[in-house]
Amino acid sequence: MTQALTIRQLRKTYPNGLIALKGIDLDVAEGDFFALLGPNGAGKSTAIGIIASLTNKTSGSVRVFGHDLDTDQAAAKSCLGLVPQEFNFNMFEPVVEVVVNQAGYYGIPRALAFERAEQYLRELGLWDKRRVMARNLSGGMKRRLMIARALVHRPRLLILDEPTAGVDIEIRRSMWEYLRRINQQGTTIILTTHYLEEAESLCRNIAIIDDGEIIENTNMKVLLNKLHTETFVLDLREPIDAIPPLAGYRVHQVDPTTLEADISRECSLNGLFTELSRYGIEVLSMRNKSNRLEQLFLDLVDDKNSHRRKGAAE
Amino acid sequence: MTLGEKYTAFRTILIKEFLRFIRIWIQTVLPPVITTALYFVIFGNLIGSQIGDMEGYRYMDYIVPGLIMMAVITNSYANVVSSFYGSKFQRHIEEMLVSPIPNHLILSGFVAGGVARGLVVGSAVTATAFFFSDVQVHNLFVSISVVVLTSILFALAGLINGVFAKSFDDISIIPTFVLTPLTYLGGIFYTIEMLPEFWQGVSLANPILYMINAFRYGLLGVTDIDLYASYLIIIGFIAGLYWFALTLLNRGVGIRN
Ligand SMILES: Nc1ncnc2c1ncn2[C@@H]1O[C@H](COP(=O)(O)OP(=O)(O)OP(=O)(O)O)[C@@H](O)[C@H]1O
Ligand SMILES: [Mg+2]
Repeated sequence: MTQALTIRQLRKTYPNGLIALKGIDLDVAEGDFFALLGPNGAGKSTAIGIIASLTNKTSGSVRVFGHDLDTDQAAAKSCLGLVPQEFNFNMFEPVVEVVVNQAGYYGIPRALAFERAEQYLRELGLWDKRRVMARNLSGGMKRRLMIARALVHRPRLLILDEPTAGVDIEIRRSMWEYLRRINQQGTTIILTTHYLEEAESLCRNIAIIDDGEIIENTNMKVLLNKLHTETFVLDLREPIDAIPPLAGYRVHQVDPTTLEADISRECSLNGLFTELSRYGIEVLSMRNKSNRLEQLFLDLVDDKNSHRRKGAAE
Repeated sequence: MTLGEKYTAFRTILIKEFLRFIRIWIQTVLPPVITTALYFVIFGNLIGSQIGDMEGYRYMDYIVPGLIMMAVITNSYANVVSSFYGSKFQRHIEEMLVSPIPNHLILSGFVAGGVARGLVVGSAVTATAFFFSDVQVHNLFVSISVVVLTSILFALAGLINGVFAKSFDDISIIPTFVLTPLTYLGGIFYTIEMLPEFWQGVSLANPILYMINAFRYGLLGVTDIDLYASYLIIIGFIAGLYWFALTLLNRGVGIRN
């Protein structure tokens, strides 16, 4: 299988001495939809900056579709489209020019550039705004403009650094649909996000980076299976005074009509409902207390931090 | 990139740069035209008529080449320094850095934009000059080549300033404290033969003197300086600045962390 991205022992020390990446390895296969997660300051944008030639690496190697950034930079760049975390287009340029100029930098002739710009601006719902100065777009529109700009040279690998930050729910959903579609059409996608629901619903593989190190790199399903217990919130029809003894289930009461149940993977929900019915307790509705990935993410990062604290204390 | 793709990329930067200063023409093209018109009225007409001839030319005609050159120098420089610094400040320089354009094309594109502004403003000022004076072009080739080379030189210098600039102050320090004095002392308003010998020698260390005199030769046919020496100095500066600017871009100074 072709690798869209191969990173080996990538290190970055900023001039001020801060070590942002401590030697990371990462492989992303062609066609993948890959999530790169991590808390604020973990090093995600630094890694992406290096892949996109915006940041100089300290050491290590990066290959994009087999093209090494050190020896074959132009070819590597042509395969890559970037949607950065911060707005970085000319605020005083009309929307259509932002996209057309970007195409020009890749050597796409102007007539074709206009055709492509029209296609992507239409697909992203910005065609009506094409003559508007970029700075007069709303935040969500600016994000979409950066996606159109990143696609105009038809990159094989698209990297999006928090593309849905500050985007309303409806547009976010339509962006997901759009990204899914271009992924199905063959574009490899790497995405960072702090909305774990987004990663869970879009991505097949995932890496979690914390404090400049990759602490988990696996398949999304495999990762979610690691979660041993899930907490469910149950809304009851009638208030109850106390919880009856429920054999084998850890349940506690939040208020008279709300219970929280920790269900481990060995127990079934059916059993819990049977137990509750025995006492005449009727459940109106049920939901996950938190997103499953969110729970896992917190566990992982927490784990690592407590190890570190222990290490420091010794 | 193929040669065709490189050409497209270069043209894209040039068009973008051109549109940038044309869009704000009230700030970029109009002021130098008004300033030179004032120079012509005050120095040329009012005071100039008291001064009499200089090197056989009416004072009004004598100062035309220098005033055109001043506009060309200031505008080529200003265009690149503010555009390059602006693209760092707003970060859209990143649009170029992620793309496969080689650095020498980024450099050439910005410089071409500066030359374009130098020529547009230079032409506007020339048109104003022809309105006030009756200068004839003595040697068209010299006139045009000196203007183009000079604006390349100052566009390169503007880019280097833009690379090092860390704030909006930094983009006006050099123009105000270096460029403007050197231009005024570069023989716009006088021939250095009027100066005492010592100050003539000092003036010869000012590169702008060579450019203004070469251009004056192109328009009027008189110069304080040997024409070949002027070309040599201009081309020498261009080569040195080009090399320096390219080295800065290759190292990513001020643009890549
Ligand atoms: N130009 C810079 N100079 C010095 N340190 C930097 C620079 N850019 C980033 N850093 C530091 O590097 C570390 C990693 O930052 P980075 O932007 O890669 O994090 P991130 O994972 O993208 O975080 P976020 O989720 O908040 O976007 C942080 O500690 C940050 O302060
Ligand atoms: Mg980031």
